[in-house]
Amino acid sequence: MPNIGWRIRRIGQSVFTLWAVLTLTFVLVRLLPGNPMGAMIEQLIRQGVNPARARELVSMRLSVDPNKPIPLAYVDYMANMLQGNLGMSMYYSEPVVDIIARALPWTLFVLSWSLFISFFLGVVVGALMAYWEGGKLDVGLTSWAIMMGSIPYYVLALLLLIFCAYRWGIFPTSGRQPTGVPPGFNWAYISGIVHHAALPVLSMLVASGVASLGMRGNSIRVLGEDYLRVARLRGLSDLTISTQYVARNAVLPMYTAFLISIGEMFGGSVVLEQVFSYRGLGWYMLSATYQRDYPLMMGMFTVITIAVVIALLVADLTYSFVDPRAGGQESESY
Amino acid sequence: MTNESDEPTAPGDGADPFADWEDPDRNADARTDGGNVSSPFEVVSEYEESRGDRLRKLYDTYVYAPIAIIWRDWRARIGFSIVLFYLLMGIVGPYLIDPTQVAEGPALVEPFQNWEYPLGTDNMGRDLLSQTVHSTSTILKMIASGALVTVAVGTLIGGVAGYKGGTTDTVLSSITDVFINLPGFPLVMILAALLPVGENPYMVGVLLSVGAWGGLARAIRSQVLTIRHESYVEAARGMGIPTHRIVFKEIIPQLMPYVVINLTNAARRVIFEAVALYYLAILPFSSSSLNWGVMLNQAYQEGAHYTAGALHWFLVPMATIIGISIGLILLGQSLDRVFNPRVRARHEKTTGEGGEPDADEPNEQNTNVVGGI
Repeated sequence: MPNIGWRIRRIGQSVFTLWAVLTLTFVLVRLLPGNPMGAMIEQLIRQGVNPARARELVSMRLSVDPNKPIPLAYVDYMANMLQGNLGMSMYYSEPVVDIIARALPWTLFVLSWSLFISFFLGVVVGALMAYWEGGKLDVGLTSWAIMMGSIPYYVLALLLLIFCAYRWGIFPTSGRQPTGVPPGFNWAYISGIVHHAALPVLSMLVASGVASLGMRGNSIRVLGEDYLRVARLRGLSDLTISTQYVARNAVLPMYTAFLISIGEMFGGSVVLEQVFSYRGLGWYMLSATYQRDYPLMMGMFTVITIAVVIALLVADLTYSFVDPRAGGQESESY
Repeated sequence: MTNESDEPTAPGDGADPFADWEDPDRNADARTDGGNVSSPFEVVSEYEESRGDRLRKLYDTYVYAPIAIIWRDWRARIGFSIVLFYLLMGIVGPYLIDPTQVAEGPALVEPFQNWEYPLGTDNMGRDLLSQTVHSTSTILKMIASGALVTVAVGTLIGGVAGYKGGTTDTVLSSITDVFINLPGFPLVMILAALLPVGENPYMVGVLLSVGAWGGLARAIRSQVLTIRHESYVEAARGMGIPTHRIVFKEIIPQLMPYVVINLTNAARRVIFEAVALYYLAILPFSSSSLNWGVMLNQAYQEGAHYTAGALHWFLVPMATIIGISIGLILLGQSLDRVFNPRVRARHEKTTGEGGEPDADEPNEQNTNVVGGI
């Protein structure tokens, strides 16, 4: 049943989130103790720029005019943001938007592979564990999953870097594309990109550990349900039962966990890209934080948030296709 | 109601004589209606229960049964032991092991070679065992404040939103959704860089909860939605019990298992993120406030990943982090079993056969009522 009202509300909610995030970045720039704006102006004055010029420079770079009263400055800021003007990076002396346009595809490339592999692996391993619950395979895989779940992704990343890159030299130690190969659709370049992305993607395999434990729990819960007993009594084939009854009902909660992990992985990209010096969004955001390059920092944060919001929106809207029960109804008020 | 009955006579009030007139009439009705079983409120339970019995049941439900179930499960035994070990390391450890200093020993001693430095030393000759032990209490403080704030805020907002419904739900859910959609780690990173959180571990914990409570609040809300229509909640509402008491006394206790399990997840998350923030050197640290993340940071800065013979500098903090994380995961899973009604029921059967005095009495059903949280 197409639940149009719910979809419109869900889209409205995403727009609300984006507004809240833009407002938040404005508040961070303008009102926070030790505010970036004041810090930047001071820095420029210390470098010998005269105060009026310093204010002008800062207002251009942050797209917030320090002389205007706060409500007006807020309106200006929002207008700038909506036009895609995220200010100028102080450190790179380039529009923030340009830097983002260069970095975003790389982050999306690594993340989509990480998500796909960890989700797939989690579902398959979890289903195997549940099917042989209590057996040797279950105990072995559960230990594996607990181990994977206990390793922070950056610890696995560091281990992979130490062994696979530095010690054994199987993978490159840093960077995102092969050197000395012209970019384009040729085999050397594409395989080089995959080679560089392999370790960051593998680091996210830890996420499959937690996912498989979740999948195991769901499947076992489904295996105990009455409708499965009924299905068996009706003499349905094992194949029908396992795909139509068990898998379908066990994967649905996984999908929700998957949605939440999108946001977490975007956050995790900061650390991963630092470890592998992979120049994506996270790498630039971290470098901006070190340089106290506030326009770039806020711009990166805004873009990461927009990416997460869109990803969650798409996933949520498709979820109602997968699971007809989904879709929020208004609840009666007490 | 209580006020009215406290005052015996209210001279100037018009309502009182009416109430006086109403009461005997109702009594008369009840008397004419039926003999002994006139009103269900006059029936007394067939089973007698002394205070001792009740205490014993409470003890069995909340102390004996969890411990017995935990002790039977190997995962729980290991998980509890590990967490206890870390607690001891954080609380007692600093008194047993002296803080380390630069050039205390030779540089980059490999672990298990020199028993003066069991885990080896770093490139400035600082004892890694001492660094690890002295880090633990800082991390424990972060975990304590971070996990508690995350769970408290998440449970409160999720519980109220789920129970109240309507506008309250819309407002609280919108706030929750904003926080779910925010990428937690980058937000925390910006806040850590801008706010003067400094070296106070409790504040770091609170900061980390900013990006974490949203998911829990949504999960709690959906749990509450499933029990808000239960008959006992409807009854409480019908009796006019105020909302905050229904939420705190009736609904949240039902969710305690879920909340406690999430406490271990929140703790794990705090460790991961705090260590990451220190590893990235976003939070300031001094040489006196080392922690596992700072150890990783220094190892990375000094190039321990490609220096021969420096590998242990990485591996020691890594093993420490993975260790406590395994402990917390196992603990969370075993708590799941403790609270799982199926496992509890099995446990009640076995203790019943084990010669509990209550079990052979006919009022076996009574214990089940208390036992089935």
